[in-house]
Amino acid sequence: MEYDYAIIGGGVVGLSVAWGLLGRGRTVAVLDGDDGSFRASRGNFGLVWVQSKGMAQPRYAQWSQASAAAWREFADELTDATGHNPGLEQKGGYDLHFDEETLHDTVRKYDVLKEKLGGNYPYEVLGRNALRREEPNIGPEVAGAILHHQDGHANPLKLLRALADDVRRRGGVILNEQQVVDVTNRDGFRVTCADGTVVDAGKVVLSAGLGSAQLGPKLGFKAPVRPQRGQVMITEKLPKLINRPSLVARQVTEGGVQIGVTNEETGLDDGVTSGGLSGMASDAIRAFPALARAQMVRSWGALRVLSPDGLPIYQRSPTMPGASLVTCHSGITLAAAHARLLTDWLEETDTAPDLEVFGEHRFDIS
Amino acid sequence: MMQVDLIVIGAGPAGMAGARLAADAGLTVAILDEQHRAGGQIYRDVDIVASARGDILGKDYTDGLHLTRALAHDNIRHIAGATVWIIEEGTRVGYLQAGGAHVVTGKRILIATGALERPMPLPGWTLPGVMTAGAGQILLKQSGVLPAQAVLVGAGPLLYLIASQMVRAGHPPLALIETQTRAHSLRAARHLPNALRGWRYLVKGLSMIRTLRQAGVQRFTAASEIAVEGEGRAEAVSFTVSGKRHRLICQTVLLHHGVVPNTQMARALDIPHHWDAAQHCFVPKRDDWGRSPQTSVFLAGDGTGISGAKAAALEGQIAALDIATDLGAMAADQRDAQAAILRRAKSVELAARPFLDAAYPPFAGALAPADDTIICRCEEVRAGDIRACATLGCTGPNQTKAFSRAGMGPCQGRYCGLTVTELLAQANGKTYDETGAYRVRAPIKPVTLGELSKMTTQTNESERHD
Amino acid sequence: MSTALTFLELTPPSRTVRVEFDGQPLDLPLGANLAAALMVAGVHTLRKTPVSGAPRGAFCMMGACFDCLVDIDGVTRQACMQQVTEGLVIRRTKTAGQNDAS
Repeated sequence: MEYDYAIIGGGVVGLSVAWGLLGRGRTVAVLDGDDGSFRASRGNFGLVWVQSKGMAQPRYAQWSQASAAAWREFADELTDATGHNPGLEQKGGYDLHFDEETLHDTVRKYDVLKEKLGGNYPYEVLGRNALRREEPNIGPEVAGAILHHQDGHANPLKLLRALADDVRRRGGVILNEQQVVDVTNRDGFRVTCADGTVVDAGKVVLSAGLGSAQLGPKLGFKAPVRPQRGQVMITEKLPKLINRPSLVARQVTEGGVQIGVTNEETGLDDGVTSGGLSGMASDAIRAFPALARAQMVRSWGALRVLSPDGLPIYQRSPTMPGASLVTCHSGITLAAAHARLLTDWLEETDTAPDLEVFGEHRFDIS
Repeated sequence: MMQVDLIVIGAGPAGMAGARLAADAGLTVAILDEQHRAGGQIYRDVDIVASARGDILGKDYTDGLHLTRALAHDNIRHIAGATVWIIEEGTRVGYLQAGGAHVVTGKRILIATGALERPMPLPGWTLPGVMTAGAGQILLKQSGVLPAQAVLVGAGPLLYLIASQMVRAGHPPLALIETQTRAHSLRAARHLPNALRGWRYLVKGLSMIRTLRQAGVQRFTAASEIAVEGEGRAEAVSFTVSGKRHRLICQTVLLHHGVVPNTQMARALDIPHHWDAAQHCFVPKRDDWGRSPQTSVFLAGDGTGISGAKAAALEGQIAALDIATDLGAMAADQRDAQAAILRRAKSVELAARPFLDAAYPPFAGALAPADDTIICRCEEVRAGDIRACATLGCTGPNQTKAFSRAGMGPCQGRYCGLTVTELLAQANGKTYDETGAYRVRAPIKPVTLGELSKMTTQTNESERHD
Repeated sequence: MSTALTFLELTPPSRTVRVEFDGQPLDLPLGANLAAALMVAGVHTLRKTPVSGAPRGAFCMMGACFDCLVDIDGVTRQACMQQVTEGLVIRRTKTAGQNDAS
């Protein structure tokens, strides 16, 4: 069977792209991994986040803003179609600071970015007392916070499920337990899997997370992505303790407080360590002292898919026309952009977003 | 930080016997156990209970005194009330005790964490008043507490054991609703000749059944469509036998259809497991000495496959022999000579097992519960939710966990893991090995953030990033 | 329905101490397993689940199922893993909020 698109990778990135293409009437097959594959889609922190993104590349800040702005409609559409609500909440989010100096340093950087963005960067600085009015359970060691009104969070697992459901409902084919071993392009693409499964398609999107590093060169991409471990943990279900998410902690709709997150260069080791968990627990308690009595019920490590500069990569293959690489580390934040805005770029329409700065040319040695 | 030659996790028969043998060979041993007193579930609190209730609980229980007393040895440190929450770098064990987080390191680890009741999801099994038969036994052993007019539901020797103990205590159960059928007995019969080597178990079983008959305890067999009914708590059990519906009024229901290895610790160490068809459960991979593919980690006892307390103690000793040789405390020929004797004794202990496994298989209705039956007690996920995940392409329990929340609660999948694997395997037409099991990570048991933050082994100051 | 006779003690406790469960005073055997002692005292529902509010009591009695959770000093503990001590204050666990979700 031949499809308009073969999408390699069935995580949030691949499924968001598939969802958008199906909405445009394209036929799509998604090749997904197995139950034990590394899946950033299952391990991430769940933020739909704008602040601090793109400090060195305002276009990334804008792209994140565009996605955050498109998220509500995207979430509503998924909820209506599947009954699975991705739990989007966009009431703003905090960058918490234990130190006034780091707070002011960050504000200065935000001011620079704000100017580059033509003023569209709605944040405010909350001092101790103002923050306490917003977050009655905040600890005395917290010096203040930057409240950014474009920030929010969602339930990444419900998003993944809703996408898996709705991609099928829209007529997409998802092939599970597939390991792509080869992609060729003679009169159209042929994707070959380890078990002999073959998918023919007019175009190919490579969105296989860390797997893109191996497959990328076959398709003419550099795909210089590397794993970076983030450990995360979650408490038992608690009564309302935290109103808005931050990079330290967020309370999920089921009641658990999710606490993050480490940045570790540990290769493909996605384990957890007592040192990592202990450090996160200490910071979380400094931020919200009541957490000291909460039970941690789960923890996990997940591997971020990071490019050298941390920005997404959107690249059309220079050697295999019709193949595109889509990879990023903020798959949840960018899900709405991938579902609603990236379709035009893949379809190469006149209204395609300008994603030139996210191309692989930026990794050329000059 | 404490350092020893051998860390034993679990002070049940396998752990206690292994610890003593290793200590006698000259190794320093730390034996960690969650309970306040040694014994495991089988010999729970035997040190203080044997004199009070030994006559009711029987000789097989009071025999445990030999093992608990054997822990009194200069080389053994028994750390009671210790909850292991993480094991790192093979042999560094983090545990909680008295509100503090501690670490002990060893050259070898012996995991002897025993068994759990096989999950028995039935309509109403989450109601207060419904417990496992094992819980009923623990109440009787540890606390001298037993339910009045209880109904016992399921299959297996443990059901007869607790029922006959209740008779001896003067409070027989109201009834036994048993799920094994005549076909199971016929199938089991072919194992009978071999089982005769384990005649002690068969005689004990027949004697328990006689006790129940003499006490006039009602027994139903080949029961199906079993449901616990009640508003807010158990009020009745209904079931079908030979096409006829029955309903028994009761406030306590004890469930049992076998026990299965508690593999949580081995799973947390990423030790590979495979499906044991005869026992219908996963068992960890290990060699004849109990050594896992992670060569510093050994396993013994019911946590490696159900074989009972006596065999568990022998397995603990066999593992300890190899550990002692491994660490240079015992010559290989001495190890082999001692092991030969232990292995012969173990084969006698195991002789009746295939007969019992075939005669008392898991209850089919609990292996394939109806769609609206809760299978994950913590997150209240139903069998139908798991089947729906299969239709969404979930081939294994981990994607299913992400989609359904099954296994995300504080029990960390202990009481839904096998059911989720079972339902997915059925729905996808795959084997249990292909379907797999939950990946288990720390915390092996929940730990408060306060305890966690006070740990001294903090290694890296983490940056923040989404 | 009488709950007083649901669970029986084979031997009367030698010494009881006063504890508080959910605001009610109870006299329980010193050093006893907390879950067992509460059952004998007629307390069968230890908590309501955070998911649906369904009642739950002790189930496995060996620290594996986490159904007998209670609040002691603001920390969620397994009643079956606790011993009765003088003056113990036990509360039902605070139920997280379905209602908090927005």
